[in-house]
Amino acid sequence: MRHSALVRFTHWINTLCFLALLVTGVEILISHPRFYWGEVGNINTTPLFKIPIPSSRSSVPTGYGYVLPDQNGWSRYLHFQSAWVMVFTGLLYVIYSFISGHLRKDLLPGGADLSWRAFATSIGDHFRFKRPGEEEAWSYNLLQRLSYLAVIFVLFPLIIWTGLAMSPAVASAFPSGVAVLGGQQSARTIHFFVTVLLFLFLLVHIMMICVAGLRNRMRAMIKGHPTNKERI
Amino acid sequence: MSDLSRRKLITTGIATVAGVSGLAAARSLAKHHGLIPPDAGGFYGLGETLDYAAQRILTRHSMAREFPPSEISNPPFANPVDPLGEEFKRLQAGAFADWRLTVEGMVARAASFSLAEIRSFPSRSQITHLSCEEGWSYIAQWTGVPLSHVLGVVGTLPQARYVVYRSIQSDWWDSIDMADAFHPQTLVAYGMNGAELPVGNGGPLRLRVPRQLGYKNVKYITSLTVTDDLKRFGKGLGSVSPEGGYAWYAGI
Repeated sequence: MRHSALVRFTHWINTLCFLALLVTGVEILISHPRFYWGEVGNINTTPLFKIPIPSSRSSVPTGYGYVLPDQNGWSRYLHFQSAWVMVFTGLLYVIYSFISGHLRKDLLPGGADLSWRAFATSIGDHFRFKRPGEEEAWSYNLLQRLSYLAVIFVLFPLIIWTGLAMSPAVASAFPSGVAVLGGQQSARTIHFFVTVLLFLFLLVHIMMICVAGLRNRMRAMIKGHPTNKERI
Repeated sequence: MSDLSRRKLITTGIATVAGVSGLAAARSLAKHHGLIPPDAGGFYGLGETLDYAAQRILTRHSMAREFPPSEISNPPFANPVDPLGEEFKRLQAGAFADWRLTVEGMVARAASFSLAEIRSFPSRSQITHLSCEEGWSYIAQWTGVPLSHVLGVVGTLPQARYVVYRSIQSDWWDSIDMADAFHPQTLVAYGMNGAELPVGNGGPLRLRVPRQLGYKNVKYITSLTVTDDLKRFGKGLGSVSPEGGYAWYAGI
């Protein structure tokens, strides 16, 4: 795959932002590792589920005899700052993808690809960890296209929406954006599940790159093209 | 140097200059419109400024969601507070009859109000959400006098930009801008769920800013200072929150 400079630039900026969001998100979660459904939730209400980890607040009953240090201050600052940078680079990427044809050529599955047979073949290839052939090294395969599309156009919009819905000021300006999700605690719970999906995507993404050849894939995403060897 | 790399160098140079001057222009424009928060310096200044500026542009006049009485959290929730000092216990023993709220700074008529005087002002009740930055929340009915009424009584001067509020707990103070100070739902609250505001929830007096997170809703308030410059307070970051690593603007 020949990656354009903009795709490579936004990819690595987003990588940095995503890792920062993930680490700080976990830190924020530790201060209250309980999830609820609806508008409100606190230690007096029944949670939907709890994460069995110690907390950074002594007021949360976790069953552990100790309290972790509070990291919420800088975590919240960095979480929102990374989110802003990611939204701007994400927008740049999406606008570029529409204008340059990256979306149409590289991401949207072609007509012949969109059959159950092609889909089954692609899934089978993945389960057998089949290394991409010559043709595939120069374009995304069907599952790759579908998962990138899902991340870009479903998971990212959803995580931004649920994140904003937790803000009291945003909720005051756009109350229906909270109501549709089922309330502010529901928004927080969905935010958590979307994070889990994005984290799974990250793990599979890294695994696939290792299967396809880490050196060449990294070279492609840094310098723009894999080595000549891969073409043969 | 090949033509291609020279062209790249020139393009990158132009883009950098455009980017930097664009940022500088945006910064001076934001400053002119009062969109720069007091803790805008440092590594996280960009994110904090974008949070605050975006909210002021989009949500300046928005109203916090109000709920029907059926949504009031039962049992009500009270987050643990640090032990209250001797002064508080003395006032509590006297049923807070001697509790005062002083209002000073950039006002025409500085004043000190007793609880009885505060309660005699026109009141407002609202059922709103209180969310903590930690992730928990509850809904309660809050009763109090709108801060805008108190500010009207003392007469804020035109150059006023912020209201600093202090707790009887000496290391606890915060500030809000005039958009929040004059917002109709910002209350000097003394009642909760139809009764007096419990000590655990900030009684006898708590500043309720329902469009911001719990930590901006300082408990046991004893003074309001109207100012045009937060640099003069504490470390100049707007409140104790940034001094402890937390953002000054907590609408997100």
